Amino acid sequence: MRLLRIVPDDTNFDFMRFRRISFPISAVLSIVALVAFLTLGLNFGIDFKGGTLLEVRYPNNTLNIGDVRSKLEALELGEVQIQEIGGDGEVLIRVAQQPGGEQAQQAVVGKVRTALGEGVEYRRVEVVGPRVSQELLSYGIVGLMLAVFCILIYLWFRFEWQFALGASIANFHDIVLTIGFMSIFQIDFDLTSVAALLTILGYSLNDTIVIYDRIREMLRRYKKMPTDELLNHSINSTLSRSVITHVTVTLALLALVLFGGRAIHSFSVTMMFGVVLVGTYTSIFIASPLLIYLGVTTRTMAEKAEAAGPNAKAERITP
Amino acid sequence: MLYFSKWKAFAILAVSAIICLMVVPSLLPPKVYDSLPGFLQRKIVLGLDLQGGSYIVLQVDSNEVRTARLEQLRDDARRVLRDAKVGYTGLNIQGNSVQVRIRDGQDADAAFTQLRTLAQPIGGALSTSGQLDTDVARDGNVITLTPSTAGVQSRTIQAVSQSIEIIRKRIDQLGTTEPSIQRQGADRIQVQVPGLQDPSRLKALLGQTAKLTFRLVDNSMTAQQALQGRPPAGTEVLYSQDNPPVPYLIEQRVLVAGEDLTDAQPGFDPQTREPIVTFRFNTNGARRFAEATQANVGRPFAIILDNHVISAPVIREPILGGSGQISGNFTVQQANDLAILLRAGALPVPLQVVEERTVGPGLGADSIRAGLIASIVGASAVALFMIATYGLFGVIAVVAVAINVGMIFGVLAMLGATLTLPGIAGVVLTVGIAVDSNVLIYERIREEARAGRSAISAIDAGFTRALATILDSNITTFIAAAVLFYIGSGPVRGFAITFGIGIITTVFTAFTLTRLMAAVWVRWRRPQRVPI
Repeated sequence: MRLLRIVPDDTNFDFMRFRRISFPISAVLSIVALVAFLTLGLNFGIDFKGGTLLEVRYPNNTLNIGDVRSKLEALELGEVQIQEIGGDGEVLIRVAQQPGGEQAQQAVVGKVRTALGEGVEYRRVEVVGPRVSQELLSYGIVGLMLAVFCILIYLWFRFEWQFALGASIANFHDIVLTIGFMSIFQIDFDLTSVAALLTILGYSLNDTIVIYDRIREMLRRYKKMPTDELLNHSINSTLSRSVITHVTVTLALLALVLFGGRAIHSFSVTMMFGVVLVGTYTSIFIASPLLIYLGVTTRTMAEKAEAAGPNAKAERITP
Repeated sequence: MLYFSKWKAFAILAVSAIICLMVVPSLLPPKVYDSLPGFLQRKIVLGLDLQGGSYIVLQVDSNEVRTARLEQLRDDARRVLRDAKVGYTGLNIQGNSVQVRIRDGQDADAAFTQLRTLAQPIGGALSTSGQLDTDVARDGNVITLTPSTAGVQSRTIQAVSQSIEIIRKRIDQLGTTEPSIQRQGADRIQVQVPGLQDPSRLKALLGQTAKLTFRLVDNSMTAQQALQGRPPAGTEVLYSQDNPPVPYLIEQRVLVAGEDLTDAQPGFDPQTREPIVTFRFNTNGARRFAEATQANVGRPFAIILDNHVISAPVIREPILGGSGQISGNFTVQQANDLAILLRAGALPVPLQVVEERTVGPGLGADSIRAGLIASIVGASAVALFMIATYGLFGVIAVVAVAINVGMIFGVLAMLGATLTLPGIAGVVLTVGIAVDSNVLIYERIREEARAGRSAISAIDAGFTRALATILDSNITTFIAAAVLFYIGSGPVRGFAITFGIGIITTVFTAFTLTRLMAAVWVRWRRPQRVPI
């Protein structure tokens, strides 16, 4: 027997009416995100900015952060960030990219090691030179665009073009909001964040497709139903699934955020925001109502089916 | 849809079981693993972020390649013109070309023809591309030799291949297990050395060109005088590695170079007990070294490594035996490393470290622990929630997802793929998505039942309809994962691998295992009502 029933069997929310609220909200949020991106910028990690990162542990409470700071400032390496992490005698040291090309970056590690002296454990050392960082950034951007493009093509083949366009707009909306979120909270933006963004994209899309699939099915079945009602019906009938799935994904991500360790913390937090908040909201309140504006109506679909003749309907009849 | 023939059921279970069992070799202790037959020796490799180690990307600087080529062209041109007995002035490198002015206009034609022989077809004499690696142009009495872009490119690629060989020889001497050295793009080399405690030694080994030369010290003036005035033609000022560095005035002419070494070993000087490096020349080197030392008894000669003077001993007597020793205030490790460098040979051009990522073994272990805890907590939470929501069908879903996770690791082992920390994140996320496919199926079954179908027909229709959706949504997600894999490197790729594999196994389990289990249950209980 089913023990938990989160969504009642016969929900009938008028999701389409929400579009009068959700579209303006999304527009405002997107603008906020864009403004944040343009003013605050992204907190680029060394992957994209270049530079040096050292994670150092002082065993047995020997960490004296002021001491570390003065030792490193004496090196005159330009912008140096020193951050205590984990409360276990660990410091994260970030040194900005040095003028003087690849070799100058390499020299930083040696200088810091000499300055800090013996008795410290180097848990992580990363040095990214200027050439690599620029490439990584352009790969990241190209990757995002390539993924969106490939997905668009696939959807265009599988669905009507309106669905492909709707999903792409919704996707774009997700990326903008997530980038805004990362910008406002100044979450490290590195290669792992690009992975997070792409996953959010894939996941949100996954969610949108499930609802679109249902809409397409309804369009075939109920040719005379008004579009609003049909969309509402589709969302309501998949609502239970949406909620349950999101609870499980949230549980999985929550475990990552809480126990996954610092190395993937920014990844987990970003995913949490993107998948749980934006992804779900987008597929229900943005992606679906968009179809109305993109001209998906039951009547055109019906006419199209008639114009194409009876054979067209045989294209996808489920047994 | 719900009917499975015995053979089909058996095939599904067999495939799932075999894939899951592929994990087993990865879990065995190394000794047992090594005794397995070859086809079973496939295991998941832990990424450097999990086991600790160094990841270094080196780049061959195409400017250095061009400079080396220009210097070679200049020297070749000098030789060619001398052999042809052509008078010239101002043979030197100007920007990206070598220029020479032929003194007598009548000789210019002959000189041009001779110099043109210096241009070689790209890709060797057998190449059919017809492109030459050097453009030779003539303007009156001035002849210009310019290395072509394609020529420099092909030399860069060649330099990378040679460097990979030499780097491999150097790293093999470190005695670490399973280092990986790969070409990356046209001009980069990626080096991964797991489990190395001290990456600075690795970098020191890789960062040196290790070009060893023996040259005479010029005694016509002191190095200080040379620095203040102009060093005599054919000499240059080089420094020692002492602190402060000591300048020496060194002849450019090379008596013997590192190529002529056959062996180098670290050792101790029997008199001073200091660490030294002993070396042995091949026949050619031994002959040249003997001639040079015979002619210059009493003069100091310098042993130079990458433009640094290691030591400058005075030649007391001719060295005829073809062997010698280098002493230079080494520590034991320095002597050891120098011997490694000399044995492995010099890099064709200097390499630059453009990226370095080192994870200490302590952090790696912490990450594994964190990843494991997160996976266990996440998976248990999801399992509890599913069973609470769907009861018996929840159990079916949990079993299917558990096998799914086993299969992900099985496929990773089969491919010999690398599991990274983001990879673990990918597995956790797959659990979430795998659960979604079950949720889609179950919710669809409920809907069909509410629409008035009988239990069996509702379950049947639920599967059929949900599977179409699962396919659609997973293919789109898979596209994202494939793009990630294609463009990504390091952490992104690690994530894309597990995520991509996870999507495939998810679709597989949804289509087969979940359905099979539901079918078995239906046949056994013949339910009147849908139980979810």
